[in-house]
Amino acid sequence: MNPFMRGMTQPRTRRDVFRLAGFSAAGLALAACGVQGQKAAPPKADAVADYWAKQKKNGKVVFANWPEYMPEDKGPLEKFKQDTGIAYEYKEVIQENAEFFGKADPVLRAGQSLGYDIVVMTNGIQLQHMIELGYAVPLDHAKLPNFQANAGQKYKERSYDPGNKYTVPYTSGVTGIAYNTKYVKDEITSIESLFDPKYKGRVGMMADAQEIANFGMIALGIDPEKSTEADWNKAGEKLKAQRDAGIVRKYYDQSYIDAVSKGDVWLTMAWSGDVFQRQLAGEPVKFVVPAEGGTIWTDNMLIPKGAANPVDALMLMDYLYQPAVAAELDEYIQYVTPVPAVQDLLREKARTAKGEDKKALEDMVDSALMFPSEADYAKLRNYTQLTTQQEQVFNPIFQSITQA
Amino acid sequence: MRRLTPYLLALPSWMWLAIFLVVPMVAMASVSLQTGNAIDGFAMTFSFSNYADAIGRYSTQLVRSLLYGGLATVAMLVIGYPVAYFIAFKAGARKSTYLFLLLLPFFVSFVLRTISWNFLLSDNGILFGTLKGWGLLPADFHVLATTFAVVGGLTYNFLPFMILPIYVALERVDPRVVEAAQDLYATRAAAFRRVVLPLSLPGVFAGVLMTFVPATADPINAAILGGTSNTMIGNIIQTEYLTNLDYPTASALSFTLMAVLLVGIFIYARALGTENVLEAAAR
Amino acid sequence: MRGARAGDRLLHLYTWLIIVWLSSPIAVMILFGFNDKQSKSNTTWQGFTLRWYAELFDISDLTVALYNSLVIALVSTVITVVIGTMLGLALGRHRFRGQGATNFLVFAAISTPELVMGASLLSLFVSGNVPRDANTIIISHVLFSLSFVVVTVRARVVTLDPSLEEAARDLGATAWGTFRQVTLPAILPGVLAGGMLAFALSIDDYVVTSFVNGSTVTFPLWIVGAVKTGIPPQVNVMGTLIFCIGVLIAVGNAVAARRRS
Repeated sequence: MNPFMRGMTQPRTRRDVFRLAGFSAAGLALAACGVQGQKAAPPKADAVADYWAKQKKNGKVVFANWPEYMPEDKGPLEKFKQDTGIAYEYKEVIQENAEFFGKADPVLRAGQSLGYDIVVMTNGIQLQHMIELGYAVPLDHAKLPNFQANAGQKYKERSYDPGNKYTVPYTSGVTGIAYNTKYVKDEITSIESLFDPKYKGRVGMMADAQEIANFGMIALGIDPEKSTEADWNKAGEKLKAQRDAGIVRKYYDQSYIDAVSKGDVWLTMAWSGDVFQRQLAGEPVKFVVPAEGGTIWTDNMLIPKGAANPVDALMLMDYLYQPAVAAELDEYIQYVTPVPAVQDLLREKARTAKGEDKKALEDMVDSALMFPSEADYAKLRNYTQLTTQQEQVFNPIFQSITQA
Repeated sequence: MRRLTPYLLALPSWMWLAIFLVVPMVAMASVSLQTGNAIDGFAMTFSFSNYADAIGRYSTQLVRSLLYGGLATVAMLVIGYPVAYFIAFKAGARKSTYLFLLLLPFFVSFVLRTISWNFLLSDNGILFGTLKGWGLLPADFHVLATTFAVVGGLTYNFLPFMILPIYVALERVDPRVVEAAQDLYATRAAAFRRVVLPLSLPGVFAGVLMTFVPATADPINAAILGGTSNTMIGNIIQTEYLTNLDYPTASALSFTLMAVLLVGIFIYARALGTENVLEAAAR
Repeated sequence: MRGARAGDRLLHLYTWLIIVWLSSPIAVMILFGFNDKQSKSNTTWQGFTLRWYAELFDISDLTVALYNSLVIALVSTVITVVIGTMLGLALGRHRFRGQGATNFLVFAAISTPELVMGASLLSLFVSGNVPRDANTIIISHVLFSLSFVVVTVRARVVTLDPSLEEAARDLGATAWGTFRQVTLPAILPGVLAGGMLAFALSIDDYVVTSFVNGSTVTFPLWIVGAVKTGIPPQVNVMGTLIFCIGVLIAVGNAVAARRRS
């Protein structure tokens, strides 16, 4: 291929070398300083009050969220617009916490705005980073009356954000086991089924380090929130043994749900809402929280630093905590709502509904997937809390298994 | 004015490449020598050990990627060459139609194509489910989540990039040269082997270049079609960059990958014989 | 001779086989654009319907994404073709200082893995305080398409007979006139091929775009986002329509070719 070969075999003239060098110097200058760290001290209370005192309602809000977290007709948002006059822009741009944080970090670090007023992130390492680095705006709870009045007590006591200083929950979900009833004739109850050689090559596990670590630890009877490095290594060994025995077919992101519905895998780690949606569609999948325990996670709303319309953002966050609005939202999302009153509202709606709608609503109301009982909650664990240093030990242990 | 013409013509592209390729690359090289983490910050420490560490940790995936990329490239060469030959020599006036038909699936997003493959190759789906139902395949036969699926996906996705350059090279071969060879009592096979094939080598080289590189670095096929032992270096770089935010390691791996690819291409060019390449293209 | 013709026919059949193989997932895609699905997932056949064609633009985000992709592909293709053709002419025609370095840069652009290109571009834009939007996407698309156009045009340029252009100049044509009436028509196949390639690369790009898009969503980005939760049939319909337009162009081209010969 002539031009390339010529380029590689011709001696470079001095001018070419200088030219390249000149540009390179510019690049080096850019990067030589390195990237500055930015651990922020938590802002003082009066600083927070000052900040909010200066903000005004602007009449606009930009809401960044995960896919499938808002009905297609944007009902709740439309009602918000009617009631408050605030225009909204809704963008489904968040697919993974890590990826989202990875793209947001350089922007926020440089002091620029993301262009969003509300973002939704799962409790975990990345949310922790957002808070640590001062990327989340502390909330003004005086402007969140509906949250105070209607949120379940559990959702006001999140260990990852005490006092809900920076976040309020959007929806919660449970990680358990999903299995395809066409191929699995037994009733699955134990987490050990995922490790059972009987299902060799037919098991799906999640690729996310925090998810798979939790299941490894729960299977060993360890509480992830209280775990130590020694525990992580033990869990790592168990997961490695599972892998080496050929039991796992693949480490999945959210695509496990298609795989288990089709029967490419027979059992898999799964999120409750995904399975529930497929069940409603008539597919042969069942969900179970293992007897030994499962994971509960929460997707939270927060206001990123540099948001243009923080007051409008707060108003929207609070609006979604009105029981009627929360009910409309949850009917679509089919995950666990932070507003307990929703269950009764949906029950009411089921009474007056007809036909397929009635059945669907009744299924929702009775579902432990959407409205877990106290007994269910007792079995559920949070993710492990990690400092940055710990993260650098934790991640390689589990990534070396999922990415071998 | 005449003397300045080439410089003026080249200037816009130069600027584009310089600003958007060279500068970021140099910046990335600089990052690859730093230490730290995303939260506490990075500092320039000239730690060349980043490279040693990264390669040490991920040598398996690196070698595996070269292997998959190489297999896919060979497959593409074997599968694609006859197609290029047919279109160049036998298609007559319909050449551009065939080329267009070849390129057409690639106007539809590759995501849609890969998902459709995921669907078609499903263990119990349209294809295998039917075959299994007829007893032609064992019940636990599967293609998805295997090495074969990943290499197959790579071959499928980059095939046109192999066919097109070979076609361009073959198209410039004067059919009278082939006729002359046959007049000299060469068989069709010999004419091909000793006349056409050498003349097509610049196209083969270009094809290999445009397929081996993206195939080796591709993260998508392994992610969608692969199983537990198919992780490629592209996936690793993606994880280090986007999940672990370990920019130095990610940058070091990126440069290592590029260096390995360049060396591979260079060796291949040498093996082909630089003279052949230059001679053929100089016509 | 009979052996030769059988060999030809085999080759003909083989080529069609490959074309069919390349298009098979397209067949699936087209088929499921007619699926009368009830649930969110589009993986089991539930009956034939045309309603997705009627409801094509119902998902506003998707429509916007498709529109973005088309505009970005068009703009970046035009830019790439213009500056790439210029460089292809320079490299193929003239000898100049810095030719070697230029060739190396073009080579480097092709051999850079998309992931690396995307990551480094993002760092550049962030350090330069450049907001990420459709413009940065266009910039990055031009970057990776440039080499393809340059190589294609250059390959065509070296086959040209310079005496034609000399003759034109001898007859009093200006430099621009010579270019417009002699050079350009001669290199047009190369330019068009490069342009088609650039357009296809741009409209299909995922990895680089995912780094530099900011909040602008393109068609592939939207689809990947929807993959995990179920792709709506509108996507299939859009893909089908794009495919059909392409087929029409191919058929038109074939008819025109037959008329020419």
